[in-house]
Amino acid sequence: MAAEITAPAYRVIPIVPALKPDAMEGVKPFVASEKIQDALGFPGTLPDDWHERAIAKMGELLKKYRSLKVYLDACVHCGACTDKCHYFIGTQDPKNMPVARQDLLRSVYRRYFTLPGKLFPKLVGARDLTKEVLDEWYSYYHQCSECRRCSVFCPYGIDTAEITMAARDILDAVGYGQKYSNEIIGKVHTIGNNLGLPGPALENTMEGLEEDVKEDTGIDVRFPIDVQGAEVLLITPSADFFAEPHIDSLIGYAKVFHAAGVSWTLSSMSSEAANFGLFIGNYEQMRKVALRIRQAALDLGVKRIIVGECGHAWRVAYSFWNTLAGIGAGADDPYALMLQKQLDQRHKQPTHICEYTWDLIQRDALKFDKTKNDHLVITFHDSCNVARASRMGDEPGGQFDIPRNIIRAVANNFVDMDENTIREKTFCCGGGGGLLTDDLLDLRVKGALPRMEALQAVVDSHGVNYLAAICAICKTQFSKTLPYYGFNMRMIGGVHQLVSNAIILENKQ
Amino acid sequence: MPNIEVNGKSYETDEEGYLVNLGEWNKDVAEYIAQTENVNMTENHWEVVNFLREYYDEYQIAPAVRVLTKAIGKKFGAEKGNSQYLYDLFPYGPAKQACKIAGLPKPTGCV
Repeated sequence: MAAEITAPAYRVIPIVPALKPDAMEGVKPFVASEKIQDALGFPGTLPDDWHERAIAKMGELLKKYRSLKVYLDACVHCGACTDKCHYFIGTQDPKNMPVARQDLLRSVYRRYFTLPGKLFPKLVGARDLTKEVLDEWYSYYHQCSECRRCSVFCPYGIDTAEITMAARDILDAVGYGQKYSNEIIGKVHTIGNNLGLPGPALENTMEGLEEDVKEDTGIDVRFPIDVQGAEVLLITPSADFFAEPHIDSLIGYAKVFHAAGVSWTLSSMSSEAANFGLFIGNYEQMRKVALRIRQAALDLGVKRIIVGECGHAWRVAYSFWNTLAGIGAGADDPYALMLQKQLDQRHKQPTHICEYTWDLIQRDALKFDKTKNDHLVITFHDSCNVARASRMGDEPGGQFDIPRNIIRAVANNFVDMDENTIREKTFCCGGGGGLLTDDLLDLRVKGALPRMEALQAVVDSHGVNYLAAICAICKTQFSKTLPYYGFNMRMIGGVHQLVSNAIILENKQ
Repeated sequence: MPNIEVNGKSYETDEEGYLVNLGEWNKDVAEYIAQTENVNMTENHWEVVNFLREYYDEYQIAPAVRVLTKAIGKKFGAEKGNSQYLYDLFPYGPAKQACKIAGLPKPTGCV
């Protein structure tokens, strides 16, 4: 499989690429099995009345989300979004222009929910929902990573991700779910994390890390699990327990907590920051995943919830945890009120690990030997969900500045990539939004193109050899796709991996 | 579901060729899956595959890459205790490719 996949050539002039109609037609991820669908309460397979159900679901979503109706009505096809999508740039398939991808759903909306579309469908670009259209949705709505870069350039502020999410929600409602995302959500419900990592395995892994850090530094840095009454509950992507380079950032968080002298804990019941309910656009699934975190916080009696390096998790935490689960403020059911009383409201709830570390740095509470990172020339890849759907700190743009400030505080060599590819204009890594699966590797390699072009430029000009990110998906995606562009897979790493390299620790009792 | 056939016996796999029933695994199946992955099983490969199965028996999941490298280094010699060594053996990644050959489920999530 891997042998056939090759990276597209860098563009000589990075403008709208030549079109290759239907280049990605029929490309699609594996469909979820009945068993996977059943576990989430979705139909197992396409029912006979799928058509009625799909239209009914669309109607339900239009009522529930006023924004969706506005987005479907407002587009004037101005074309500002066309060349802003990494998947369009990488695949050259015109249906991957954000406007064209949206129109796959918009045309059906017009047919069933607008008067002109009901009366004169052909005149207004309305079309019937057929099985072919449904298949097309499944294919192209899994060629959007919900990164929202196109939305930055849309004069009407249309949130394309929300349209993709609605399409996926409709697909799930008719038994046409995606294996990768839905299998993972099922594992969170039963085991507590995306990996399916049970408590004893988590303990074994954390014990191993304690040994490793002791060996490296001579210091007893703890990786505690299920500690009742700990100050901080760390909610981090389970990839941090399992994958490279993710685990090096986990070591970084533990060293920061150690240096700060704060008691912290993981929860074996709720050991996942990621919330793929967002990716499939399903509110109930997203809420169910978020509620595990609330339960863990209540059970352990923690005062503070800190979120590790995970892009979309921070979007969910920052933007939705308050009303989903009463973390922060918003929900008003008894458990939410109980939690709000329990948490220490002098702190931001939740807090991003970068906010936490940067605050300590500003208060001179951490000491670094920056020369420990002198072998690295570092650049920073803004992760889409952090960049365009959240904030850090108290200043506008804190989500861009704080991770960079940390890097500059722990390392001497930092350089930014082209300004059109960073901060709010950052390109997706190519693997976000539930597409980080081997069956879409070709799409992922193609989607990485614009980021790789920008990286190549700073590699050539400044000798960059470390691509820092604060997202588990970005880290895995780049580990996999960097080699297709001639880079070493080990170029990618976390921000707290750099913190870990440079932090000076003392033994504490 | 697709099946593979080894020595006249049929084994159920998922879309990506991972064995569905862990208990059906045997060395011939492992050799067969390795072939489809263009991996030529040597003594070094078997050390990793056997360790994966032992770990899975105890913890119901494959070990983290770091746990695997450390354990292999301890058990079979320090020169084998690094991820480069494991990637040389299993180019598509020790977690996924070696698990597949060992008949274990694919690690899911952002890995």
